[in-house]
Amino acid sequence: MGFQPIKFYQTGTFTVGNRLLPPEQRSVQADMQRSNALNSGHRACQGCGEALGARYAIDAAMRATGNQLIAVNATGCLEVFSTPYPETSWQLPWIHSLFGNAAAVATGVAAANKIRAQKEGQAESQTRVIAQGGDGGTTDIGFGCLSGMFERNDDVLYICYDNQAYMNTGVQRSSATPPAARTATTMPVGPEPGNVFGQGKNVPLIAMAHGIPYVATATVADLRDLEYKVKKAMGMRGARYIHIFVPCPLGWGSASHDTIKLARLAKETGLFPVFEAEYGEVTNVSKIRQKMAVEEYLRPQRRFAHLFGKSPKLDVIARFQHIADQNIYKFGLLGEDKATVGYYGVESV
Amino acid sequence: MFQVRIHGRGGQGVVTGAEMLSIAAFLEGRFAQAFPSFGSERTGAPVVAFCRIADKEIRLREPVVEPDALIIQDPTLLHQIDVFSGLSESGYVVLNTNRSFEELGLGAITQKYRRERLITVSATELAIKHVGRAVPNVPLLGAFAAVSGLISIDSVAAAIREKFSGKVAEGNVAAATEAYNTAKAAMELAHA
Amino acid sequence: MLKQIEGSHAVAEAVALCRPEVICAYPISPQTHIVEGLGEMVKSGEIKQCEFLNVESEFAAMSVAIGSSAAGARTYTATASQGLLFMVEAVYNASGLGLPIVMTVANRAIGAPINIWNDHSDSMSQRDCGWIQIFAETNQEAADLHIQAFKLAEELSLPVMVCMDGFILTHAYERVDIPTQAQVDAFLPPYSPRQVLDPANPVSIGAMVGPEAFSEVRYLAHAKQMQALELIPKISREFQEIFGRESGGLVRPYMLDDAETVVVALGSVLGTIKDTIDEMRADGISIGVLGINSFRPFPISAVRRALSHAKRIVVLEKSLAVGIGGIVATDVRLALDGLDQRIYTVVAGLGGRNITRGSLHRVFRMAMHDQLEPLHFLDLDWGVVNRELDRERTTRRSGPIAENILRDVGTASRQSV
Repeated sequence: MGFQPIKFYQTGTFTVGNRLLPPEQRSVQADMQRSNALNSGHRACQGCGEALGARYAIDAAMRATGNQLIAVNATGCLEVFSTPYPETSWQLPWIHSLFGNAAAVATGVAAANKIRAQKEGQAESQTRVIAQGGDGGTTDIGFGCLSGMFERNDDVLYICYDNQAYMNTGVQRSSATPPAARTATTMPVGPEPGNVFGQGKNVPLIAMAHGIPYVATATVADLRDLEYKVKKAMGMRGARYIHIFVPCPLGWGSASHDTIKLARLAKETGLFPVFEAEYGEVTNVSKIRQKMAVEEYLRPQRRFAHLFGKSPKLDVIARFQHIADQNIYKFGLLGEDKATVGYYGVESV
Repeated sequence: MFQVRIHGRGGQGVVTGAEMLSIAAFLEGRFAQAFPSFGSERTGAPVVAFCRIADKEIRLREPVVEPDALIIQDPTLLHQIDVFSGLSESGYVVLNTNRSFEELGLGAITQKYRRERLITVSATELAIKHVGRAVPNVPLLGAFAAVSGLISIDSVAAAIREKFSGKVAEGNVAAATEAYNTAKAAMELAHA
Repeated sequence: MLKQIEGSHAVAEAVALCRPEVICAYPISPQTHIVEGLGEMVKSGEIKQCEFLNVESEFAAMSVAIGSSAAGARTYTATASQGLLFMVEAVYNASGLGLPIVMTVANRAIGAPINIWNDHSDSMSQRDCGWIQIFAETNQEAADLHIQAFKLAEELSLPVMVCMDGFILTHAYERVDIPTQAQVDAFLPPYSPRQVLDPANPVSIGAMVGPEAFSEVRYLAHAKQMQALELIPKISREFQEIFGRESGGLVRPYMLDDAETVVVALGSVLGTIKDTIDEMRADGISIGVLGINSFRPFPISAVRRALSHAKRIVVLEKSLAVGIGGIVATDVRLALDGLDQRIYTVVAGLGGRNITRGSLHRVFRMAMHDQLEPLHFLDLDWGVVNRELDRERTTRRSGPIAENILRDVGTASRQSV
């Protein structure tokens, strides 16, 4: 092989090409030996943020556990597109039970692992478990089981791939759907088009309120950060939660090639704070590198199209900006500010 | 088959009393079945429990409607519910009170049933004295053993020790024994 | 070892002897004493190498059980009534995935109106869910059936529901022979799963199946359950060899040989029925009873064999299929297809209504003289029923039925004082 010139992938963030880094710092995905836990051939849409997030997250967890990993999947897009009959993309032991019980099933897997380890004379199980689901399976129908798993501090990493609506069933509103967004059940009609303001729940903060060892948010725009957080989570025991922001071109009406861009904008506007918390306290926030106006994030998405056009809804856009600014203030997303966030009082989209 | 019905209030150990009676009978090699009236009764509400004792397997699952013996843990129930319902004329009655049947206005009862099979015992006082709690179930079992002769006081004591341990067990055994002895003495007095 | 013991505790001790590895608990009457007992045994170390989990709902209980069973652990839980209904989605999932979970159902009525007492509505509501359902007649049998259930479940890789009458059995103190650990170990080998989540050999469990193969998967569920018709008697015989007593099996006949009238029933009421039959036999009446132990799979051939010589059948059941009548009776009719017999359905004991010998004598004698209507409700208070029907005919806003009836009953009882 001949000489290969070094390229520096300056993409507007600190993302840097693997070839510039020493091997031990390179991403899991840069490794030819990566597990490819979610193998190619699945049926996700072009530009699917969830497929990308899941592949990075599970591969990182596979590496962190020496491939001693079991995945539990809630019903949803990820489950459906990864196991189209008669095929499966999963290269690790994987179980899908129901829409609303992934956290509890994972608790059961962890319990079985623990007993097997005991019987083999080990102090703790080397086989670990991840539960994963979309925002509907996490923030709505699976919320009871999720909270139960947190409260018992079961040895489970739960990953929520948040694409802000029920995409599998045709884009209906969930409790993670942002205000004003068009979904099949929040149509842009009437005096308050789209989803209403002042609703929805912030599950990362609720997770923190359980006092569990680790809570983190991440986006598919910063995959090295995502891998780092998964690896860190797998180095801990007890209940852990990672909430990954994953754009959905189909549900959002965005271009397939804009998935990474939108994820980055969600973070850079302040609308989706990226942070880590341990035992209920924020320990680290990813600072905004170049603050962007919320409009930049909203405009490319057809679900927000009714805010623009001939007579832009400047008041609604301003409410978004206010949410972003509140996040920036509370999480200290700019400059040297420290996070002031507790469990409450923060909105994000 | 011998059937016992225990009336009392939630918190008085009615169900435990029936269970201990069944254990006592079991320890004597007999078949026994104890069960409550299955309510969601809270402290203070009327409670009923049953115990059947037989020399062969007990298959019957209906409540005891024609008891051979009544254990009444709380005399305030006498004017609320028909505790004597279905009691056979040769039946036994063990009543927790420090008064007599006549004083309680139960003169008619003493006429209807065989006088030597009716007995009162100050079970609450005995329980407070020996156990420190107003739970009359155990002394009543002691008195029942005395009046019915169906089970021995030793079996009652053994049943108590199965249900409780340590000081609570010994206190209850003392309470049951005193009730047994008092009842025996009263019966001898009546005979004499 | 012979013990005078509460039914729930006997079951807890039997389950403990099966060396469970994961137990999920959520409180609901009347099964609570079982998991309380197990929880204490795990915490004290009496049950070793077992994870006892207090979960947040019955839905979670069954979901945790699904996870632990799929990951290779012998798994147990218990529920009743509303709890069983709350976990239904996971109940179907467990059988669909073929996971050998054993669950006690302490049978209790289903609301509304809320009712904590015994009948079989809860288990019967799940008769088509793909679980094996076996019913206990006594606390001895309840204890024994749990030991058999693990063996049955694990041999077929299917979940088993052990149904025992709430309160009547769970809260009754009676004599139970608790086996030794050596006996149970000799009978029940360690769990060797047919499918397991194992990183050394990754499989996908619970993938989507389309129209191409869904019928085949469902047929296999049926075929597997039908295998239990062979396995249940076999396991019962093996049990007898080791433990020396008869427990389980498909059906249990009593005084059937020459019986013109045969009662069919499930669960603890069989005891009261047998006592009644003894009394009627003493009066020279030709009557017997067939206990159904395995309700799912339903032993059609065994039931037909046992009942084919009877002139009339009285199916006495603690359940009601609103809009048609009997649930057990419908299955019994299917078993007796083509035979010329009178079949009566007697719905009894709903919501804890006592089933007494007196009432049984009356209804069996009515059947004997063929004076019974095809669907009879034992000891139904027609006064109360007719008053409410009347009220609804005459008053548009007739109000909540349960409250109306309570008021009627209350008024009646006050007048009788």
